[in-house]
Amino acid sequence: MTATPMHPKYEVVIGLEVHVQLATKSKIFSWSSTAFGAEPNTETDPVCLGMPGTLPVLNAAAVEAAVRLGLAAGCKIRPRCRFSRKHYFYPDLPKGFQISQFDEPICEGGAIKFRLHGEPHSVRLTRIHMEEDAGKNLHAAAGVSFVDYNRAGVPLCEIVSEPDVRSAEEAAEYVRAIRSLVRYLGIGDGNMEEGSLRCDANVSLRLHGETKLGTKAEIKNMNSFKNVRDAVEYEVKRQATLLDKGERIVQETRLWDASRGVTQSMRSKEQAHDYKYFPEPDLPPLVVDEAFLAKVRATQPPLPEELFIKYTTEQGLSPQDAGVLVADRATARYFDSSVSSGAPAKPAANWIINEVLARVSDPRDLEGDAVPVPAKNLAELVGCVQSGTLSSKQAKDVFAKMWAEKRTAGDIVKAEGLAQVSDAGALEEACKRVVAANPEEASRFKENPKLMGFFVGAVMKETGGKANPKAVNEILRRLLG
Amino acid sequence: MDPRAATSTIASIVPAVRAGKIRAREVADAYLERIAREDAALGCYVRVDAEGARRSADAVDAAVKAGRDPGPLAGVPLGIKDIFCTKGVETACASKILRGFVPPYESTVTARLAAAGAVSLGKLNMDEFAMGSSNENSAVGTVKNPWSLAHVPGGSSGGSAAAVAASLCVGATGTDTGGSIRQPASLCGVVGIKPTYGRVSRYGVIAFASSLDHPGPFARTVEDTATLLEVMAGADPLDATSVPQPVGAYAKAARAGRQSGSSLNGVRVGVPAEYFAAGMDPEVEAAVRGAHEELARAGATLVPVSLPHTRYAIATYYLVCTAEASSNLSRYDGVKYGARAADPKSLEELYARTRGEGFGREPKRRIMLGTYVLRAGYYEAYYGKALRARRKIADDFAAAFAKCDVLVTATSPVPAFKFGERMGDPLQMYLADVLTVAPNLAGIPALAQPCGFSTMGLPIGLQVMGPPLGEEACFRVAGAYESRTSWHEKRPPDVGGLK
Repeated sequence: MTATPMHPKYEVVIGLEVHVQLATKSKIFSWSSTAFGAEPNTETDPVCLGMPGTLPVLNAAAVEAAVRLGLAAGCKIRPRCRFSRKHYFYPDLPKGFQISQFDEPICEGGAIKFRLHGEPHSVRLTRIHMEEDAGKNLHAAAGVSFVDYNRAGVPLCEIVSEPDVRSAEEAAEYVRAIRSLVRYLGIGDGNMEEGSLRCDANVSLRLHGETKLGTKAEIKNMNSFKNVRDAVEYEVKRQATLLDKGERIVQETRLWDASRGVTQSMRSKEQAHDYKYFPEPDLPPLVVDEAFLAKVRATQPPLPEELFIKYTTEQGLSPQDAGVLVADRATARYFDSSVSSGAPAKPAANWIINEVLARVSDPRDLEGDAVPVPAKNLAELVGCVQSGTLSSKQAKDVFAKMWAEKRTAGDIVKAEGLAQVSDAGALEEACKRVVAANPEEASRFKENPKLMGFFVGAVMKETGGKANPKAVNEILRRLLG
Repeated sequence: MDPRAATSTIASIVPAVRAGKIRAREVADAYLERIAREDAALGCYVRVDAEGARRSADAVDAAVKAGRDPGPLAGVPLGIKDIFCTKGVETACASKILRGFVPPYESTVTARLAAAGAVSLGKLNMDEFAMGSSNENSAVGTVKNPWSLAHVPGGSSGGSAAAVAASLCVGATGTDTGGSIRQPASLCGVVGIKPTYGRVSRYGVIAFASSLDHPGPFARTVEDTATLLEVMAGADPLDATSVPQPVGAYAKAARAGRQSGSSLNGVRVGVPAEYFAAGMDPEVEAAVRGAHEELARAGATLVPVSLPHTRYAIATYYLVCTAEASSNLSRYDGVKYGARAADPKSLEELYARTRGEGFGREPKRRIMLGTYVLRAGYYEAYYGKALRARRKIADDFAAAFAKCDVLVTATSPVPAFKFGERMGDPLQMYLADVLTVAPNLAGIPALAQPCGFSTMGLPIGLQVMGPPLGEEACFRVAGAYESRTSWHEKRPPDVGGLK
């Protein structure tokens, strides 16, 4: 929990429900593609459209993704779970019910671990269950609506937290941690703007020290981390104002309106649906056996917290730097790859944080072949600085060229003759020549050490700017001393 | 080619077509002609697909001519219950709400039948969404019992049973949720089987109650029924509840039972006391007792057994089937396909009017009941309890099958009743299923076949139940009984021109 409470008088209690779309090739119960952005109603099939007589068949890849997420969050995976039907009428729901999990979710317990201001933090989970996504209603002008069923049947995991979250900031970081986890596991892209990661927050207040939970409002429609933070902040203020006035909180669902910065009532508890849950008769119980778990465990990738510890201990990075590197799987992989290509950890981290990340809008751009400076090329550049071939300043210019022209450091150094002269013999000769040519300045050097600048400049001129300044300094100090 | 002839069976037609002795086209034309003459009075077909039938028949003939294998059902004219989705052919489940729905996909069953060379003549009438025991709940007209036009053919697969009885097809498909194959087979004097749950894929079969729906075949003889089931059955990747075990040799089992002499030596036939309860027509009871004696003469041993939870079967069945029906029928909302109310003023009105105008009385009744059963806080009291009772009923069967190989009972406690006789009293109508619902709850195979006629000349049906995946035992016993009796050889009179 955060050290300083979010509100001086009330304790803020937040539980979150996060929906994550799983990036399987086909839908959770049928064969059409889950690809985002296709023409409306082109990624559909009779099953996901809920056509008469069609039946769901569970996609094994979706189960694997859910198990992967559950194992990463330390959940208990049910050896046998089942699906249930959740009924309500809405045009984007083709069957009049959603196939979800109710009394037997695939994962129970566990926690999402993340860092808040560098400190380890944990939010317990109630459960993770699998379900199918609905389609999307598109409201045209003049009371006309259309429905796009491309999204209908895309697999979802709903991650339900315990009411452990105590501030708006923590809520936003929790959701960010889930996105990071989903990307690390390679089971989804966690894009809030595209809706592949969606979040609802149950917010209630109670006096500090009170143990009974207050009446909650459920906040929906938060489409970014900033929305989560802003919406919860607004809701806390709204509820605190009501409570201060002695009024009661109504249990209801409220929609976040990002343009106006307010939450608005959508439906109250009295209007709440009766979902008439019952076990889905078209799907046999799902059995997750030890062999399957072992297979998933064996292929789990390293997770952010694990990497954070490795980076801060074995590799001696600061918690701040390690935090930046592990925030996204692509960044961490880029860093690991630079290090395994020979770059020492600290300079590699500095280069990535200061130069590489500054040039990409999304860290995921570092994955694949499109990145202009692959990790091994960065390692080569770091090597040039380490060996003294390039000065730090030169290296920055070289990096800019590498990025812009997709060239390697070696190629640029060679083509432009940038290598510093570090050969002790050649430098010694050049220094001797400069000292000999300037006897007056040499004699005044002892009273006026600032003349060093003059000599270094002269040597640089003599060597066409390629001399290693550090080495030149040392030689001149000896010759003039 | 006379559809009423004794040789108008799968067992006779297929070898003749395969050998080129008769063309599939000739067979199809003979049936289409008979439908044109007879069906106006009977109302079995909701849609005759003459063009499609001729096209399929011609394809079979072309295969024969080219020396290719035309399939195990080469040229067999079939009727398809309107609950099976047929690609490009309207499938409306005898409901107004699905009027005009043309599926862009084919049910697994009809796809398998077509691949085997069968020729579909068209779609058969039924109770709306398979809800009913008299075919009076169809939104597109009732079906008459070919044995007496004043009597119902049974339901919900009334069109299928009546069409087979009246020789308007050689075989037909049906679905059985609480007796919807067996009861009309019994009332129309034909053979039908509800196989083990999952033995036949439900993909493309419009759902009534998912955990109780069993597709299956109808035919005039046990062997023909077995041959159809062999083609229809088998695991299906599109149905997660279909069973993976290999399909049995059903036709062979039917023929084994037919061998002369004591073909049932060593077979134990269970006689459950609970299936001879009060309310059974004495003529039906006499016919079934007579069938037991006939089976004993064929070498079977009669074993008295008890199924004590039978009395909970109807209540359990109506809790489960209404709950599942209310859920399955949610998708008919006017948004995507089928009928839609004109000019709704709001979304709520679109739903309320589409469903209010589109569903008939019986689907509405079951949606209401099922919604009540599933509402929050009552799940345990109703659906949960029904699931436990269902388990007990299945346990009863398991215990009985430890003592016997098959159970033989009546299918319907009464012969066909008259139109209108039970429509005023839904409970009376639901009790028509009293002998047939338990096998659906337990998922075990159950076959119906003719075993006599009432003094009024209406057929009486026998029911042969087997353990899970025990279809071969059912066919063997039914084949033996059929070979020792001649009920299946009787034909109802032609009704052409009558109305």
